[in-house]
Amino acid sequence: MTVQPKKKYDAGVKEYRSTYWEPDYAVKETDILAVFKVIPQAGVSREEAAAAVAAESSTGTWTTVWTDLLTDLDHYKGRAYRVEDVPGADDAFYAFIAYPADLFEEGSVVNVFTSLVGNVFGFKAVRSLRLEDVRFPIWFVKTCFGPPHGIQVERDKMDKYGRPLLGCTIKPKLGLSAKNYGRAVYECLRGGLDFTKDDENVNSQPFMRWRDRFLFCQEAIEKSEAETGERKGHYMNVTAPTIEEMYKRAEFAKELKTPIIMSDYLTLGWAAHNSLSKWCRDNGMLLHVHRAMHAVMDRNPNHGINFRVLAKLLRLLGGDHLHSGTVVGKLEGDRAATLGWIDLMRDRYIKEDRARGIFFDQDWGSMPGVFPVASGGIHVWHMPALVAIFGNDSVLQFGGGTLGHPWGNAAGAAANRVALEACVQARNEGRELEKEGKDILTKAAAHSPELKVAMETWKEIKFEFDTVDKLDVQHR
Amino acid sequence: MSTVQDYASRLSDPASRKMGTFSYLPPMDDAQIRKQVEWIVKHGWNPAIEHTEPKFAKSNYWYMWKLPMFGETDVDAILAELKACHEANPDHHVRLLGYDNFTQSQGANMVIFRGKPV
Repeated sequence: MTVQPKKKYDAGVKEYRSTYWEPDYAVKETDILAVFKVIPQAGVSREEAAAAVAAESSTGTWTTVWTDLLTDLDHYKGRAYRVEDVPGADDAFYAFIAYPADLFEEGSVVNVFTSLVGNVFGFKAVRSLRLEDVRFPIWFVKTCFGPPHGIQVERDKMDKYGRPLLGCTIKPKLGLSAKNYGRAVYECLRGGLDFTKDDENVNSQPFMRWRDRFLFCQEAIEKSEAETGERKGHYMNVTAPTIEEMYKRAEFAKELKTPIIMSDYLTLGWAAHNSLSKWCRDNGMLLHVHRAMHAVMDRNPNHGINFRVLAKLLRLLGGDHLHSGTVVGKLEGDRAATLGWIDLMRDRYIKEDRARGIFFDQDWGSMPGVFPVASGGIHVWHMPALVAIFGNDSVLQFGGGTLGHPWGNAAGAAANRVALEACVQARNEGRELEKEGKDILTKAAAHSPELKVAMETWKEIKFEFDTVDKLDVQHR
Repeated sequence: MSTVQDYASRLSDPASRKMGTFSYLPPMDDAQIRKQVEWIVKHGWNPAIEHTEPKFAKSNYWYMWKLPMFGETDVDAILAELKACHEANPDHHVRLLGYDNFTQSQGANMVIFRGKPV
């Protein structure tokens, strides 16, 4: 029997919707799914704009080309399969797009996002475009590398159980000599913190070269470990101008037998970060991940990439910690959204939950979880809320809230550690931290002069959780 | 604001040694220990008891006191084992664990009796 060719070549510009809009499409388990928030140009219908996004982020280009007919476009093309209203926005809508598995290289986050957020973001038919969520099918998850160790292995390596971990970013972030910087690290660690952290832009400047910093910080770790009998670490930042330099610094950190290093995955680049993550697993090194530049992509509610997508892709690339936002002191909507991506970072299976901005079920298979890191502008009075919100599997980082203690870093660290343990103990006893926080801290301060002074230094925080924001009305 | 105080922690002073979760708080009384045991039971974690000479506290592997108490939900039985371990090893650190077999980790881990630190 002769099979008739289905199509004849017909040059020219066609409507995208004729090829890329398929409202009856049954989504496959193997598809990569994406949801974009789209504001189309005036006069462009939702279906046409959604189809255009599907086309431009997969197989399509602006005009028909004869070589389209040499392939099975139906097998490869992305499809817009649904459009939805965005709550509280008249001009924007959600476009759901399914991409077939064969469009992508296995294990390549770089490849997936070169498609999904490539040329399409500068495309004229849309006024603005935001990637809100991506569903990674299990085949893709299993071909990615994932966290070098994950939450459980880190707990075992660092011997910390039953509570959040405690950290502090050393300040001032720029300008200290290596020896003075190491002093600040030592004081924090001996006072009871688990970790201290290089700030993101501490790399290897003339005032403090990386090698000197690593050496002094390692001495601080070793002495504080001997003094307290507990395991300690300092996130040694190996973010560097070249990959070769990055590896050189990582290798030296390993020679020192330090437990953890750090990188900035967005400025370093995803491929470089992925390589570093693999190196970390091969070399037994924990990896702390900072997110400098994220707000460039995730802050605008109408254009860019939502942080939940950046968090998911970091879990795929690999990292043992990732900064996630602190929740406290921000809007209710932020709280719900942050709780959503915290779960995406550390749980095995996360169900669709629009109230938290999660558009798809996500199965991570056996991929380990990433510790969310709450850092920035927090102090002892925030501790009850932080423990209640983040739970045990988190790293709470108090920078100014440690270093700003009137008696110095060690006292500041001890104040935070006492506050943390008092909150964990109270939670385990069945008390409600967010209601009884003041009483819990006040009682703990009775036997900790460091905590008492910290509570006098920083003002009590009041939390109001009455209002309920709709996530997409109050993105930020 | 009060005058600056020294942070009294010394390599030479064994009292400076800490031992994980709750070691920055005063020792728990019986009622407080009971509540922590209830927390472990409530989560369905398997209670376990370990102990060590204070000199070897840094090791990952302390001595197991018998086997983990798989499926044990009787708080009094768990408290009795803690006491029995302490009485048999009065100079040792004794800790209580809650094995979480879902995460393959420990949901809780706290030193209940402290030996003399070194």
